[in-house]
Amino acid sequence: MTGAKPGIEAKQDQIRASERVISYAEAGVEALREEMARDPNIFYIGQGIGPRGGNFQQSRGLWAEFGDERVRDTPIAELAETGIGIGAALAGSRPIVDIVFFDFILEASGQVIQQASTIHYISNGKFKVPLVIRSAMGGVRSSGPHHSHTFYSFFMHIPGLKVAVPSTPYDVKGLLKTAIRDEDPVLFVEHKGLYNTKGIVPEREYLIPFGEAAIRRSGGDVTLVAVSLMVSRAMEAAAILESEGTLVEVIDPRTVAPLDKETILCSVAKTGRLAIVDEAYATCGFSAEVAALVSEEALDELDAPIKRICALPAPHAFSPSLDHYLIPSTERIVSEIRLLVQG
Amino acid sequence: MANRKSASAQLVQEHNAAGPPKDLILTLYRKMVEIREFELKARELFRSGKMPGFIHLYIGEEAVASGVIAHLKKDDYVTSTHRGHGHALAKGIPARAVMAELMGKVDGCCGGRGGTMHLYEPSVGFLGTNGVVPPGIPIAAGAALSAKLRKSGQITVCFFGDGAVNNGAFHEGLNMAATWELPVIYVCENNLYATEMPFQKATKNINVASRAAAYSIPGVQVDGNDVLAVYEKAGEAVERARRGEGPTLIECLTYRWFGHHEGDPGTSYRSKEEVEFWRKRDPIKKLREDALAARWCEIKELEKIEKEVNLSMEDAVQFALNSPEPRPDTALDKVFCQ
Repeated sequence: MTGAKPGIEAKQDQIRASERVISYAEAGVEALREEMARDPNIFYIGQGIGPRGGNFQQSRGLWAEFGDERVRDTPIAELAETGIGIGAALAGSRPIVDIVFFDFILEASGQVIQQASTIHYISNGKFKVPLVIRSAMGGVRSSGPHHSHTFYSFFMHIPGLKVAVPSTPYDVKGLLKTAIRDEDPVLFVEHKGLYNTKGIVPEREYLIPFGEAAIRRSGGDVTLVAVSLMVSRAMEAAAILESEGTLVEVIDPRTVAPLDKETILCSVAKTGRLAIVDEAYATCGFSAEVAALVSEEALDELDAPIKRICALPAPHAFSPSLDHYLIPSTERIVSEIRLLVQG
Repeated sequence: MANRKSASAQLVQEHNAAGPPKDLILTLYRKMVEIREFELKARELFRSGKMPGFIHLYIGEEAVASGVIAHLKKDDYVTSTHRGHGHALAKGIPARAVMAELMGKVDGCCGGRGGTMHLYEPSVGFLGTNGVVPPGIPIAAGAALSAKLRKSGQITVCFFGDGAVNNGAFHEGLNMAATWELPVIYVCENNLYATEMPFQKATKNINVASRAAAYSIPGVQVDGNDVLAVYEKAGEAVERARRGEGPTLIECLTYRWFGHHEGDPGTSYRSKEEVEFWRKRDPIKKLREDALAARWCEIKELEKIEKEVNLSMEDAVQFALNSPEPRPDTALDKVFCQ
């Protein structure tokens, strides 16, 4: 038994009793299966999520289990899919809309930003929009600029939206269940490059609250904030830097809206140095928000300027050599943090 | 004109020698007069500088909201547009609550947070007027999908203007509603202008109803200034939706008397003659004349309605004027549910 309180992430050593290892994609399916079995008001729509089981196997088996009514394939119509999700949520259902590639959310961005995010507020709380938009971001296998972007931080900008960006199978299950039970619209943005990664995921039910960061690795020299795929690169970099005597604390906020400011500020108070690694662009992005937060609230704690290690400002290029250059690599993170520590 | 029965009135009479039920005539008449009086009062308040924002008046189009919504139950859904006061009133949001909302007051249906283009009221299934032209089309399909999955028997009516039908959301929404046979009725209020853009310059196919063929659903065109004709066609669509046979597209040909919004004189892109032509086709005057000519009701019954409505709209104005403004320190409330 874990002894963890419901809704609180169990520590890794507490869950050894059920060391079941499954993939990031399977963890999402399990969360959906548990939630759909619990609540008949949940339905799931999107392109290829039915018999095919999802482009990334992110809905494998759900159609066979829950049928055509509740697991619906849609035509290529992101705007209508999202609008339908909003309308159904207003009418009392709990829809999950799968956008497959997060780049395509732009086809429906007005529905998300102007409709879903505002209705609770402008209706004076009379309506709620318990909608989950599930999607996958990030570059893998030279997908080019229309299938690779990490636009998650666009939605951090908008009051009324919540944004989850899980980095582990454990977090996918716990955060997706929380997203589905949340009364507000949630963008649940997975990473294509993580779907086949594996990790310990308890078979029991657990929920991870939004706005609680995970400290992936403790260290006293540098605070390194990362989400989604960049967490694993941050961890690789931290291991290399440790061999050089630099102890890096890796913080994974897990949800960027709400953002666990406290954990970041506490860490910076300890280390005096902050770096943010992000697969998205630096300008007006997640890294800019974290840097602004620390500048506003903990400038006195800093011993060095904040370092942002982000995608370089160009569209995703096709050629692997170009694309790998644009996206932060473990090597780039290591060399930037070396500079930060020297500074 | 007064002595000529409209085609629809004749049609109704053929089915029923006694004419349409008096209750129906009086209900439709009351609803149209309510909307007209409400809008005239709102116009007055706006022009006096007491109303913030900008408003889009429904005057001239009253027969559409009244004729369609007369078929709906309280828990059926409606999605509406920027020109949506008439839909809100017809669906049953009290005039007081709508007027106070237009004034940005706490007693408005949304506590003053939404205003004219964001009227919401769950107790009567009103899923919002909307500041953006096309998004209500897929949202209505979503409400209909929810009702279908819950087997609740509710139907959804989606109102939109001719300005929405050349937008991608129209295609995506109707295609999915048709494919999934959703209980939704798409009502196009074709008032011939999208802001200043004449419909015939916005599209090659000016017959909106004919577009239904693209989705294999019924499409009907109706005189949107003839409330009984609207009522009849909407009734068929409502029955079809309730039977689970899917959506219908109804195109109501109508006209807004005034500019796109208050402050737009609406004269730079429309001729005086055209406006005059349509003002003569006043839907309220038409029902009044048809009803009296065919003796469906007495003039005193109509006059009684006019007086009552006038008083209740005056009351709505006073209520709105007297309602306080929201406290500034509540501005950050209700961004999130939790």
